[in-house]
Amino acid sequence: MSAIELNNVDISYGDSKVVHGINLDIAEGESFALVGESGSGKSTILRAIAGLAPDWTGRISVLCKPRTHGVERAVARQLQMVFQDPYGSLHPRKTIDAALSEPLAINGVGNRGERVQAMLNAVGLDQRFRFRFPHQLSGGQRQRVAIARALMLEPKVLLLDEPTSALDVSVQAEILNLLKRLRREQGLTYLLVTHNLPVVSFLCDRLAVMRHGRIVEVADVALLKQGKLVEAYSQELLAATEGRVLVGTTS
Amino acid sequence: MANGAPPPSFPSRKGEGGAEPLLSVKNLRVSFPTHRGRVEVVKGISFSVGKERLGIVGESGSGKSMTGRSILKLIRKPGLVTADRMEFDGIDLLSQSEKQMRSIRGARISMVMQDPKFSLNPVMTVGEQIGEALVTHTRLPRREVNERIWAMLDSVRIDDPKRVAGLYPHEVSGGMGQRVMIAMMLIPEPELLIADEPTSALDVSVQAQVLDIIDDLVTTKGMGLILISHDLGLVSRYCDRILVMNSGVVVEECAAGELENASHPYTRGLLAAMPTINEQRDELPVLDRTLWAGT
Repeated sequence: MSAIELNNVDISYGDSKVVHGINLDIAEGESFALVGESGSGKSTILRAIAGLAPDWTGRISVLCKPRTHGVERAVARQLQMVFQDPYGSLHPRKTIDAALSEPLAINGVGNRGERVQAMLNAVGLDQRFRFRFPHQLSGGQRQRVAIARALMLEPKVLLLDEPTSALDVSVQAEILNLLKRLRREQGLTYLLVTHNLPVVSFLCDRLAVMRHGRIVEVADVALLKQGKLVEAYSQELLAATEGRVLVGTTS
Repeated sequence: MANGAPPPSFPSRKGEGGAEPLLSVKNLRVSFPTHRGRVEVVKGISFSVGKERLGIVGESGSGKSMTGRSILKLIRKPGLVTADRMEFDGIDLLSQSEKQMRSIRGARISMVMQDPKFSLNPVMTVGEQIGEALVTHTRLPRREVNERIWAMLDSVRIDDPKRVAGLYPHEVSGGMGQRVMIAMMLIPEPELLIADEPTSALDVSVQAQVLDIIDDLVTTKGMGLILISHDLGLVSRYCDRILVMNSGVVVEECAAGELENASHPYTRGLLAAMPTINEQRDELPVLDRTLWAGT
């Protein structure tokens, strides 16, 4: 069964069309990455799937059900998003407990206290953090809270928008390990947006390289590891990651 | 520095072991008051820079940016900077007045900041901003200033410099903005360039280009460079020598090529925690912060 399916999707912001003709099929349990430089439209695709960028045409299905253009409660229970900046994505005046309980309250799920406790354990946070405010937590701890909040409704699919790029290397390692473990334990499907190819290599099964709102190449991660991506632009990205500049490739 | 400007007579040797390094810092401390007393963010570090490329690496909060800023005396009150010695080309930076510092900043030591979006003046054209640095420190006829601006934009590999000089910062991309900033910092031909995370706000594909430009200009003009970054890989590629900082102290100093053989557990931990393109590990090793807590 496919977890996320996009058929010929175009996405616009007002008059400008930023994403053109995207076709993607992500299987359930798969971890898929969208890579590309800023402005290539990779985050926009996530936002459209999550219902945050409603101006699109084509067809988007989540777990085989066609998606409407807005935010839907039924979809929210199956699909959640984690944002890039843990400093901006948590409400500064709500305790961690309130932030984690809110999705449960909205969706009328009971037994909230226990669920919050269990989730804090699952993301590796001590119970003493439960009644603290975001500003009392470090960046890595906050990103754990953001991941915990996304997982509160036990979704099947997680959209991850640069989940580690605001974090230090050592903290990034912790969060990547956490994401890998959660996926194994809960059988999650990941759609990850990043510009960091080593992260893709660690966490994903397949990747799509994007440029100027189009998918340039879809490849298996094994090819990335061997440096055997086919398209010239993908090679350019790979070279840049290793700190080389390919001659004559400036756009 | 090789061409023009008052020539200070120092031997062009590496900072370490060289007779007279460009900049030497001894026992530098930076502290800020909090309600629990003064907190030291830089705890007595010493280093020297010659006409070479020095990298300072560390995670957020390690004090690397504060080190860079204190060299230019950019730390405002109530922050406090003390040092046994902070000498730049024979000038004692600590005893310089604010006015005297102004003739050093930009002209002899300049600094490239992290994000071009916040560091460029939005209501001045790119050309005016680059020219400003030049006009402040030297007297030149307008036509010559313009020509220097265009030449500088050209040297940071911007096509059509005459058009770009007339643009406002919001009209240029991030990579181009950062190149403009580099142009602005290099036009008075400083002897020492401090680059504080010059590429963190940029895409990977543009990062390499910008660093190549810095590297190229530093080598051809024979300047000293202090590159401050959190990215170990990047620093080891572009520098000669590396200082690794952690919570305000230098935990390791080594030649860039020998980073692989680093001995301090913090450095080793950082290196191991980075995923690689060909990642075979199932789990990344996590820093065990107790290992060096005693040091």
